Amino acid sequence: MLLETRALTAGYGQFNALFGVDVTLDKAETVAVIGANGAGKSTLLRSITGVLRNAPDMVLHRGDPIGALPAHLVMQRGIAMVPEGRKLFPSLTVEENLRIGGQVRRAPGPWTLDTIYDLFPILKEKRQMPGTALSGGQQQMVAIGRALMSNPEVLLCDEISLGLAPVVIRDIYAAMPRIKDQGTAIIVVEQDIGRALAVSDRVYCMMEGRVTLTARAAEVSRSAIHAAYFGEAA
Amino acid sequence: MNWLDILVQGVLLGGLYALFAAGLSLVFGIMRLVNLAHGDLIIFAAFAILLAVSTLGLNPFLAALLAAPLMFALGWALQRFVLNRVLGKDILPPLLVTFGLSVALQNGLLEAFSADTRRIPAGPLESASLDLGIVTVGWMPLLTFLSAVLVILALNRIFYATALGRAFRATSDDPVTASLMGIDPKGIFAIATGLAMVVVTVAALYLGMRANFDPSIGPARLIYAFEAVIIGGLGSLWGTLAGGIIIGVAQSLGAAINPEWQILAGHIAFLVVLLIRPRGLFPRAVD
Repeated sequence: MLLETRALTAGYGQFNALFGVDVTLDKAETVAVIGANGAGKSTLLRSITGVLRNAPDMVLHRGDPIGALPAHLVMQRGIAMVPEGRKLFPSLTVEENLRIGGQVRRAPGPWTLDTIYDLFPILKEKRQMPGTALSGGQQQMVAIGRALMSNPEVLLCDEISLGLAPVVIRDIYAAMPRIKDQGTAIIVVEQDIGRALAVSDRVYCMMEGRVTLTARAAEVSRSAIHAAYFGEAA
Repeated sequence: MNWLDILVQGVLLGGLYALFAAGLSLVFGIMRLVNLAHGDLIIFAAFAILLAVSTLGLNPFLAALLAAPLMFALGWALQRFVLNRVLGKDILPPLLVTFGLSVALQNGLLEAFSADTRRIPAGPLESASLDLGIVTVGWMPLLTFLSAVLVILALNRIFYATALGRAFRATSDDPVTASLMGIDPKGIFAIATGLAMVVVTVAALYLGMRANFDPSIGPARLIYAFEAVIIGGLGSLWGTLAGGIIIGVAQSLGAAINPEWQILAGHIAFLVVLLIRPRGLFPRAVD
């Protein structure tokens, strides 16, 4: 297994947000994690990336315990993150924002400045502008490109459609197949269930810090998701 | 009284204050850390240079070149093993730790070198001057000023044209997101403080060659450095140079009117700038 959480229990001080979450991600697989606000989706990603540190064996990468590693070491293992809210660096231009994604770790792979400009052509035009001067959708493209610059093995996307217009979300999700085709394994955390299911092989639904549904994205029924999402008896 | 001469001397004096301030500005800009021991670290470096000059018989500039990497290592270790542990949301712990460091440094230097005033001997350079026609300037103030400009230029180049500078700026913006890029914020902070100590070494070289110093005068240098940083706008390196020059010119003008007013005039200039531009002359857009 490429990436795995085992009985992941995590939280903030006294407050627990995850109660024994088991999630797996195989090579070249795309997995969606859906759930309402406060279901624990973001906490799950924060735990995987090391922003939130846990017991070592709660998160495994290629079988190695990484649950207690700090974020920069997790990233250097090839696990890149598109953070919620994009989090571009305001002091950096668009191109610098992209470059910094591949500054510490650059594995051999398909993603370079050129291929990212090819994926999102608008960024090439705006490459000298401050990252924060762009529209929300363009900023999201920078955030995705920045994560790709390290040629990651695993790409984690936290709510990449949040706050964007539907037409912009469509453009951004149009890039997903090209990223998948490069063999990158992806975890997509989304509130937009339709989008998430369309790009994923498997789906986890979370509620109140627990996984309430695990299914193949192509086979899952609306009513099953509804039950898992809102906690009603199926 | 030659006003142009006063102005030129003031600008050149500002170079020294900018050197005092540049390291402080660098550290504050990257990690929002106010190092109250900055002035004492300058005096510490001045004693280190003096030691190399007096025991090894080195030229002061060579001695500073030797001291710079040692000061880098000291700054790196100070950040890595002490200051990184107290950096956080609360600004009080780092203030207390650097205040304690300041007291410890002063007393340590007093033990090691006594309270005697010292000077780094610079030979004929001490009194050499250059006739520019309208004004005559001393080589030492001129070298100080040029070094200050060079230091600011170099720091700006590191900031805006290197991968390290990119990491500095990103970490300053958002350390958590920087760590998601594989950057270790604490490692970046350690390099920044190391770099600041290299600048401190340059400041110490000129401070020690131009004036007498003893273990107790660090805090007074810290005040000038603070004022220069704040006049210029927190986090702006060119602003820090401008701030140094404003204090230098104000002191020079004050001294021309009445020698007793030299120090006071610098502080008044600082207060006036704060009244008109509370965020300094060149505040950073993002903060």
